[in-house]
Amino acid sequence: MQLITKHFGTIEIEESGIIDFPDGIPGFENSKKFIVLGDGDESSPFKWLQSVDFPELAFAVVDPFAVKKDYDIEISDDVLKQLEISSLKEVLIYSIVVVPEDLSKISMNLIAPVIINTRTKKGAQVVLDTDRYGVRHYILEELRRQEEMDNACFDKKEEPIHCYK
Amino acid sequence: MLVLTRKKNQSIVINDNIEITLLDIQGDQVRIGISAPRSVSVHRKEVFEEIQAENRKAAEIGNVSLGGLLKKTAKDGENK
Repeated sequence: MQLITKHFGTIEIEESGIIDFPDGIPGFENSKKFIVLGDGDESSPFKWLQSVDFPELAFAVVDPFAVKKDYDIEISDDVLKQLEISSLKEVLIYSIVVVPEDLSKISMNLIAPVIINTRTKKGAQVVLDTDRYGVRHYILEELRRQEEMDNACFDKKEEPIHCYK
Repeated sequence: MLVLTRKKNQSIVINDNIEITLLDIQGDQVRIGISAPRSVSVHRKEVFEEIQAENRKAAEIGNVSLGGLLKKTAKDGENK
């Protein structure tokens, strides 16, 4: 089918790629259908979460694990049931990204990841029951921290616990 | 707003299918148990409002190239 998108104009999409968001996305509860679009660069952890109902609505999303390797989330039984998740292999997890004018302040929402079941084509933005994460994690800062941690693993004296995970 | 007074372990039933129980009271903190059908979403108000606001901000995104985002941000970071 043809879809009018915010960033790519009118494109041809496979209907099988459309994900149902029965509750919409908080703040945009009326948009019930989305599709994940890349922009051709497969190596980029960023994707678009494009609304199928409203062409002008699209979120940049990022694979949170690409930015924060130790991102640790627990998906509640309610969410597993709601999205009919039976295997983690069928699950995609994205964080919604805010891109402000100052690009160095680009941030991602880690307390409310978008969880998609690729088998049942159901998705939801889920609020995690934790105070470890918030709505705004600066991606550059996280990447820098990540790099420091990676470097620390080469230093045997330090032996940080995460190196053995 | 309807205001009811409840003691610990007492409940309120809304619409026959939502039950709110006062589990514990300690100082100015109250633990509340909610049993409701899955179709009813329950959120801490301030967290939910924060997420709505952040999503609205995220939706204001202009025409940017996703592939360039990290490269650009990384470069900006180096310059700082």
